Amino acid sequence: MASDPMEQFQIKKIFDLDLAGLNIPFTNSSLWMAVAAISVIGFFALTTKGKLVPGRMQSVGEMSYEFLANMVKDTTGPEAMKFFPFVFTIFFFILFANLIGMSPYAFTTTSHLAVTAALAVFTILMVIVAGIVKNGLKWFKIFAPSGLPILMYIIIIPIEIVSFLSRPLTLAVRLFANMTAGHVMLKLFAIFAAFLVGQGGIMAGASIAPVIGTMGIIALEFLVAGLQAFVFAILTCVYLNDVYHVDH
Amino acid sequence: MAEKKPHLDESHAEAASGGIPQLDFSTWAGQIFWLIVIFAILYFVLAKFILPKLGNGLAERSDHIADDLDAASRFQKDAEEAEKAYTHALADARAKAHNVAETTRKSVDAEVATELEAAEAEAARQTDAAEARIKTLRDKAMSNIDEIAEKTADEIFTNFIGKSATPAKLKAALKSI
Repeated sequence: MASDPMEQFQIKKIFDLDLAGLNIPFTNSSLWMAVAAISVIGFFALTTKGKLVPGRMQSVGEMSYEFLANMVKDTTGPEAMKFFPFVFTIFFFILFANLIGMSPYAFTTTSHLAVTAALAVFTILMVIVAGIVKNGLKWFKIFAPSGLPILMYIIIIPIEIVSFLSRPLTLAVRLFANMTAGHVMLKLFAIFAAFLVGQGGIMAGASIAPVIGTMGIIALEFLVAGLQAFVFAILTCVYLNDVYHVDH
Repeated sequence: MAEKKPHLDESHAEAASGGIPQLDFSTWAGQIFWLIVIFAILYFVLAKFILPKLGNGLAERSDHIADDLDAASRFQKDAEEAEKAYTHALADARAKAHNVAETTRKSVDAEVATELEAAEAEAARQTDAAEARIKTLRDKAMSNIDEIAEKTADEIFTNFIGKSATPAKLKAALKSI
């Protein structure tokens, strides 16, 4: 048994691939991303029977549709429904990646900064591009709230720019740190339990404490898995506000 | 170009030994590439097939429910109108029946009254006739009584005196009694 809590985050190559001079091997991370994506598609393929009176599965699919549609409408506005498929995809991709990562031997793709940063940067770039397409150069007014004395702009504009640029950073680090920390904790408790059992005698009996701790953390991690997907999705909606509401 | 390597690469593990695997930037390009590919496929499938179906299903259901509610309210209105017509017809029929009863009663009353009148007149007439007859009969009887009294008195007188009285004197005597 590996005793390194970080060992579970190792990227392992399954097959190598070079594209235009870039080394992009298909790894365990890629495999589990594909598993998450296929699970999402499979789950929703089961839920879209299109019956007038929904069954149990169809109800779950329709509830998640309405839940996310209402989130987009309430947070950003009905005009942002163009981005609803993106929010839906990002929510379910992260949710399924997090949940699948909870099963033993599975790799948690969202525990890697590369993945969360790519998602966060893409989200922010999408906001910037959509904002400029929609509002033209006026979009940059989001950095300069109207109705302030000229002197204030010297302070406000840098603050607004920094706060805007920190969004992808916080978005990426929040998800990555939550998933990594949870899995490290889980591993540490499990390693400690195994260590105590290895000591034998009264120590083996004391291993009940870390086992209970592990169970608690597992429950907590399932909560975090759902919560972080929700947080990522709702923050995406909040940031999409800047596309439609330049004067804030 | 895909190039398969028979062994699982350990170089990443070694590279990560100095820090956490997440900060091993040699793996970033691969992770991000596959993320983009897989995420794009997922987005495409969800946006093109699954979400429209789910959305249409929901819209269809809400349409269906709205239609059914409309139909229900229409039926209710129909029912209300039918009830109104029914009560109206009932009231009409009642009024008509009342009218018929009233006119019948009136005509019957009038008939009864005329018949009663006729009967009374007939009765009065008959009473008058009877009274007249009674009167003639009594008069006749009275005149007979006078005659009988005269005869009786004459006989009595004749028997007592032996000769008959003059009728004029007898009559005057009888009248003075």
